[in-house]
Amino acid sequence: MIRREITIELAKGLEARPVAVFVQVASQYDCSIIVEYRDKRVNAKSIMGMMSLGIAQGEKVTVLADGPDEKAAVAGVEKYLTSKE
Amino acid sequence: MEAKYVRLDEIAKRFGYHNLTPEIDLHEVKIYHRNINRPAFQLTGYYDYFDNLRVQVVGQAEHEYIKTLEPEVARERFEKLFSCGFPAALICRGIKPQPYVIEMAVKNGIPILATEKTTALVITEFLRWMNEQLAETATFHGVLANVYGEGILITGPSGIGKSEAAIELIKRGHRLVADDLVEISKVSEDLLRGKSPVLTKNFVELRGLGVVDVMSLFGVESIMEYSPIDMIISLEEWDGTTSYDRLGLQDEYEEILGLKIVKHTIPIRPGRNLAIIIETAAVNNRQKKMGYNAAQELCDRVTREIHKHKSEEPGLEKTDNK
Repeated sequence: MIRREITIELAKGLEARPVAVFVQVASQYDCSIIVEYRDKRVNAKSIMGMMSLGIAQGEKVTVLADGPDEKAAVAGVEKYLTSKE
Repeated sequence: MEAKYVRLDEIAKRFGYHNLTPEIDLHEVKIYHRNINRPAFQLTGYYDYFDNLRVQVVGQAEHEYIKTLEPEVARERFEKLFSCGFPAALICRGIKPQPYVIEMAVKNGIPILATEKTTALVITEFLRWMNEQLAETATFHGVLANVYGEGILITGPSGIGKSEAAIELIKRGHRLVADDLVEISKVSEDLLRGKSPVLTKNFVELRGLGVVDVMSLFGVESIMEYSPIDMIISLEEWDGTTSYDRLGLQDEYEEILGLKIVKHTIPIRPGRNLAIIIETAAVNNRQKKMGYNAAQELCDRVTREIHKHKSEEPGLEKTDNK
């Protein structure tokens, strides 16, 4: 299990369209990926779940990945969340 | 390909026009042009831009004008008109033409039809019907069903379950228009209409069962002669590597006869209830036409929420930049 704090750098934050891309990125991995934000824990592969968070640029989330490809997953998710787009 | 036409006897039968020239066989007269002409200008002697493929519709205006002419002048004008070889004349409002006009028509092999209806009504019904008859057509593989009033064209490779989806839709109270092959015509610049080929109408082929007659099994309520085509649902095998539309913000289209029709690609996996997905797509499409787009609404909500977060924590971005 890997746990990493990531600051969202996406220009528009996690609006609907970026969320759709994010979920697609997360779904490429077999391991479980959880995003923690404030007091919520959401499955990163769930589009409605991720959308319900409403995260702005500059806010911090904690990503927890657990499974065989957890390393790659955290790296992939971080790469997207920290891209400016 | 030969240009499309309508035989005049069909038109006469459809609208109850009488033939004033029984010497001419209306079945042999082919109308290629969907538009009509009021020959008022030509009767005054002006022939520029005259299209002799059109049916000439004579009404009160032409009738009253001819009455103002000297008899021999009127005769000359008609002679000139009939020499142009238009396909047919249609006289409205029960106006009775002079016997010499009918003679001239017969001599030139041009039929004259007559009706009691008003000219405006005749032109409207003629144009509307001819537009449909001469519409551009194409055939399309798929199922056409009418779901909550929306015409849904279901496409996809053979064996994926189009016909099964059709039967399920019927059992849920919707209507089948065509199975396997749909004849589509472009009845206007923004409307496609589909129907079944006559031979296969009301029949559905189900793998393993063979052909079933939907109308005799499920009744008249389960079928529909024609339906507009509002949306395409394209079924395909679920493929883990393809990413499917998750939001529905961007519409995909497919072009049929030059018209863009909204298309949704639905991945199929055992256990997915196709009929319910198609029903939902149909009502959602209706709702969009009414001006409400659910995907856009959710998008806006999330954006508003994000802006709220930003204004609640103005110091956040600054701390990050340090």
